Amino acid sequence: MTKTINLTLKIWRQKGPEAKGKLETYKANDIPTDMSFLEMIDVVNEKLTLEGKEPVAFDHDCREGICGMCGTVVNGRPHGSEKGTTLCQLHMRHFSDNDTIVIEPWRSRAFPIIKDLVVDRSALDKIIQAGGFISVNTGNAQDANAIPIPQETAELAMDAAACIGCGACVAACPNASAMLFLSAKVSQLALLPQGKPEAARRAVSMVREMDRLGFGNCSNETECEAECPKEISITNIARLNREFYKAGFFSSEK
Amino acid sequence: MNWLAGTLGSSIGKKLMMALTGLGFCGFLAGHLAGNLTIYWGKNAFNSYAEHLHSLGPLITLAELGLLFFALIHILTGTTLFYQNLKARPFRYSVNKNAGGRTIGSRTMPYTGFILLSFIVLHLINFHFVDKTGTTIYQIVHGAFANPGYVAIYVFAMIVAAIHISHGFWSVFQTLGANHVKYMPFIKGVSIVFSLIVALGFGFLPVYLAYMV
Repeated sequence: MTKTINLTLKIWRQKGPEAKGKLETYKANDIPTDMSFLEMIDVVNEKLTLEGKEPVAFDHDCREGICGMCGTVVNGRPHGSEKGTTLCQLHMRHFSDNDTIVIEPWRSRAFPIIKDLVVDRSALDKIIQAGGFISVNTGNAQDANAIPIPQETAELAMDAAACIGCGACVAACPNASAMLFLSAKVSQLALLPQGKPEAARRAVSMVREMDRLGFGNCSNETECEAECPKEISITNIARLNREFYKAGFFSSEK
Repeated sequence: MNWLAGTLGSSIGKKLMMALTGLGFCGFLAGHLAGNLTIYWGKNAFNSYAEHLHSLGPLITLAELGLLFFALIHILTGTTLFYQNLKARPFRYSVNKNAGGRTIGSRTMPYTGFILLSFIVLHLINFHFVDKTGTTIYQIVHGAFANPGYVAIYVFAMIVAAIHISHGFWSVFQTLGANHVKYMPFIKGVSIVFSLIVALGFGFLPVYLAYMV
């Protein structure tokens, strides 16, 4: 027999980008603890729809922790209080009967609210567009062993590449800084030979774009790495700093 | 020189300026503390330390100007960062909880900074911009700490300084890019030890002068 719990939800409701929002209270009764957090919101939304009310808008897609689409702040913690999981991987068994759960959107000047819990994270895409790529001439594929990469380096690059761009680091940062995101995107390329030719231009233009978009400045609070669902380390931020100094002081990049 | 303004004016550049000037202040504090400890050898030792220091003449003026330059950079950059970071989240969360990353030092950095700035102004008025004719520095210091209010302010300021340094010192290395799995735990340890040395080393002096001499 599945255990069920009753919850009080305080959910941020906001009709549109310019509208004034507020926390509204909802009851979620008989929620099976095997449900994921998103499924719990689905249940609430079904009830709201049947009552002829507007369902809560929230972002989600794969629901298996890899797409980076879901994410809200649950009781003050992005993706909830479980370590290394996205919101869709958070299960209701981590809550108790009669809990009150406050659900808020990511809050940052760079992430304007579209509706309810949905925020516009295209600022992260703009940072990628500024240089988070490598340019290659297409043609025949190279021999797989032509570029030797040590296993350790490949692992470090892969750890950085685990970033799903969900924006939890920005949401968690007391300064709403996107440094952990940017550092992962710069690191995954800077660590590999394919990323080296454009390393200087990449570091300079991505940092500049991040600053332009209105994110805050990193002050080493380290909240980001504690909240990151992919557990990206702030050693990536140190690497980004090194890449930026190299580019700013020792390359011809302006 | 556009590239220099572009590099230093960026968010990472501002971090770098905070880190380098902050590291400079850590070095200054170590020297200042070493000098102050001569108080434990008696008033003659302390006065002679002060005399030797001032006999350096133009070098001292140069060091003072250097410190002033560092202070201006640290204060102006820090204030800019403080306002920019406030602006980056115009609408705050209604529930604030942290995941264990923040420390009392990191959380209070701008505020401890502003408190230290006002303390430094007071400190300079007390002991630097003071009429030193016909008296010794020991007499001035001893006289000031006869006032329990000053003792309290100075001890409080040193606790604040320690909190500021506990986040600032290891941050310098992270900001400079020197975060390494092998050394970071050691650097974080030094950060705590150095802030305790500052708190106890400087903080005990006013108490000693006021009640134990």
